[in-house]
Amino acid sequence: MRGHLARIFCVGLPAAFLGVFFVFPVVSILRLGLSGGGLEHLTGLPASDTFRGIAWFTLWQAAVSTVLTVVVALPAAHLASRRRFRGRRLVRALTTVPFVLPTVVVGGAFLALFDRLGLDSGPVTLTHTVWAVLVAHVFFNVAVVIRTVGSFWEGMDPGVEEQARMLGASPLRAFVMVTLPRLWPAIASAASIVFLFCLTSFGVILLLGGPGIATLETEIWRHAVWRGDFRAATALAVVQLVAVIAVVVVGNRLQRRRAVDQRTVRCRQPAAGRLELVANLGLLSAVLGLPAVVLVERSFRSGGGYSLANYRALAERVDLLPVTALGALGNSLLFAVVAVALAVTVGGLASLVVVHGPRGISRVFDLGLMLPLGVSAVTIGFGMLVALGQPPLDLRSSRWLVPVAHALIGIPFVMRTLVPTLRSIDSRLREAAAVLGAPPGLVRRWVDLPIAGRALTVGAGFAFAVSLGEFGATSFLPRQPDRLTAPLALFRLLATPGQALRGQAMALAVTLMALTALSVLLIEGHSGPAGSDL
Amino acid sequence: MRSLNQTTTPAVLLLLTVLLVGACAAGDGSSTVPISATTGPEPASGRTVTLVTHDSFWVSEGTLEAFTTETGVEVEIQRLGDTGQLVASAILTSGDPLGDVLYGVDNTFLQRALDADLFIPYESPALAGVAAPLILDPGHRVTPIDFGDVCVNYWIDAFDDDLPAPSGLADLVDPAYSGMLAVQNPETSSPGMAFLLATIAEYGEGWEEYWSALRRNDVSVTTGWEDAYYGEFIAGGGDRPIVVSYASSPPAEVIYADPPVDSPPTAVLTDTCFRQVEFAGILAGSDNNAAAEALLDFLLSATFQEDIPLNMFVFPALEAATLPDEFIDFVELVDDPHALDPAVIEANRNDWTERWTSLVLR
Repeated sequence: MRGHLARIFCVGLPAAFLGVFFVFPVVSILRLGLSGGGLEHLTGLPASDTFRGIAWFTLWQAAVSTVLTVVVALPAAHLASRRRFRGRRLVRALTTVPFVLPTVVVGGAFLALFDRLGLDSGPVTLTHTVWAVLVAHVFFNVAVVIRTVGSFWEGMDPGVEEQARMLGASPLRAFVMVTLPRLWPAIASAASIVFLFCLTSFGVILLLGGPGIATLETEIWRHAVWRGDFRAATALAVVQLVAVIAVVVVGNRLQRRRAVDQRTVRCRQPAAGRLELVANLGLLSAVLGLPAVVLVERSFRSGGGYSLANYRALAERVDLLPVTALGALGNSLLFAVVAVALAVTVGGLASLVVVHGPRGISRVFDLGLMLPLGVSAVTIGFGMLVALGQPPLDLRSSRWLVPVAHALIGIPFVMRTLVPTLRSIDSRLREAAAVLGAPPGLVRRWVDLPIAGRALTVGAGFAFAVSLGEFGATSFLPRQPDRLTAPLALFRLLATPGQALRGQAMALAVTLMALTALSVLLIEGHSGPAGSDL
Repeated sequence: MRSLNQTTTPAVLLLLTVLLVGACAAGDGSSTVPISATTGPEPASGRTVTLVTHDSFWVSEGTLEAFTTETGVEVEIQRLGDTGQLVASAILTSGDPLGDVLYGVDNTFLQRALDADLFIPYESPALAGVAAPLILDPGHRVTPIDFGDVCVNYWIDAFDDDLPAPSGLADLVDPAYSGMLAVQNPETSSPGMAFLLATIAEYGEGWEEYWSALRRNDVSVTTGWEDAYYGEFIAGGGDRPIVVSYASSPPAEVIYADPPVDSPPTAVLTDTCFRQVEFAGILAGSDNNAAAEALLDFLLSATFQEDIPLNMFVFPALEAATLPDEFIDFVELVDDPHALDPAVIEANRNDWTERWTSLVLR
């Protein structure tokens, strides 16, 4: 009986969460739009050249961004997971930082950087081109691949490659023929997240791509918010939803193709070679470090020189904001803790169902819980306003709707790190434990949990970072002024002239970065024996 | 190992079906059933009145408490996105509103809100103290609360006797000022829209010719105010000395200067301004009319009005309101800003922005 209840709970909780906070709002808003004339608009779309151009551009920029991100991240993932070096945990935590940075800040940093490097005009122009968009997408997403693939790679038995090398394969051949196929589920997993992120990228497209570039996401926003044309917005939102479902279905299929044995026992890893270390850290600092350096430099600039004045100002309230910048950081931290708790609970249960549950439910969860990542903040935000206004679901003015929205975006990260790992837990390990007399509960406790724990902490770290930096969905939900989050405070500070406000905004951005790195270090510090450094 | 057996499948499918059916039912309900049919009458004066507004709204601590002391009604504030998001949200939730009073719809979005029947009329006695040109809805469905001007700003030190600062819109197409102006896309930015409207108000049918000339003069177009002011304009390290911003930008440059300055480094071309008026109105479907009317009166009281400038960097609608010294010292008062009828704006804006896009961006 207890087992039966537990099963219903495992399935029911994620289903209810997804149903109430995603399916119901999205279905409500799409229905409202389609019944108001959106359907005719939808059927007219394929004939529109403008639409075809935008849809094609949306897809290819996301695809190219994803490929570039994977190419930049794979060597670093190898370094971060298979090699020992001092400061490895710090480097891993730092790569997560770009995730929290609001695009208005990163966009500004990139534009300033292009300006300084002479790339804002002339023969090699990045500013307001698709190239700037691609570079920024790599900046934001490289961590997803490094961490997701890295955590998987770390648990993979290196013996097989060693055998291949002993049989005479070159390192490259061993990688391509042996390692890469075994890494495949994790790469597909990470790539599908990156692809969805780039598909719904908003600030980067508008700010760095400039006024001449449009994607489905920016067009949904423009039609709904700017032109008040809900029919056109709904039609595009339906296209986006269909595209996202297709991407997730293909991505999930690719991930299921192979499973690789994961182990708890680890061999001592070789130390990183100097060349590998320098080359990787060099590339990472160029992609991730340079824009961050611009922000740090600006955050100390004050009074015509350099000082801590901007940081001291974080504790003082300016007239424009209801709380101090530090108060806003406190709100963001609280929301992030709640969002992570939700994401880990829902995402964790859902992952168990995906791996061990009956096929039908498994597929539904694997697909459904990924979708919020690829659906426009406009659709989710307006959907929640329309759907969650009546009892018993009168939640739209609840302050907890913000962390719920953040959790929706965090859950895919928990699942995409957890599912490939759970699938790959070495069946021989579990059998060995069972043969030695361990009851199923003990097997789960001593075999599954340590291996899964490592992946779970990586997912939780991302969910935390996503929540800390989330701007889009938050801005669509009604909030009491004293619940101001850090990214919204930052945006407000940057919306009024005055170098003092700008300096404070930069200090807030850098504090947000530091807080993320620290949180990720803390979260991953407790990942148990399998996650600890050797 | 299968830890979940097949018996749970029907349970989940059932749950999802219930949710989907629920979603469909609610979709119907919110779009067709008038609110009066679903909610009964409530006491005229609730203990709380909810003010829905945009993310730029803020007043000093103590200001709203004055209203509570006076009336016994607490004000709950719900902030949501920018003006466009606020208006779109209000339209999508019309009949089942997010609050009792909405504050923040401006004259560029006003007609859209009025067409959607968002507000119920209320003529506040305090309107007697407001200048007539700000009262854009004769039916008093909305009440003007504040206004601000979007104007061309310039960096004073970039100009001298050899090249004096431009004097108005006409100078901006002069080749002497080539490559100097940064504006925002009117399809993604509120000041960008206001500047386009200023040029349409000034040149009428000739506005397209004017923008072609601006393009020939190497105008730079950004997505939002931030990347124009901080990216392109000299204030943020850019190299363009002329930018579309607000009449209140120069005082902000002094109040939030770092290091402190005695006078602003920027100035305003007062002939280039378009006036944005922000309104408040009682949301249809609110069952709290007495408190909502009292709140509207309070928004036009001297207590609230005099608190507006330094918190939101716009001007109070109440003529008798005293402006803070630090605000008034460096602000150029614009006597005769450009204006267009909200109905004309709403009827033409999508057409104008499309023509603008093909003229300036393609």
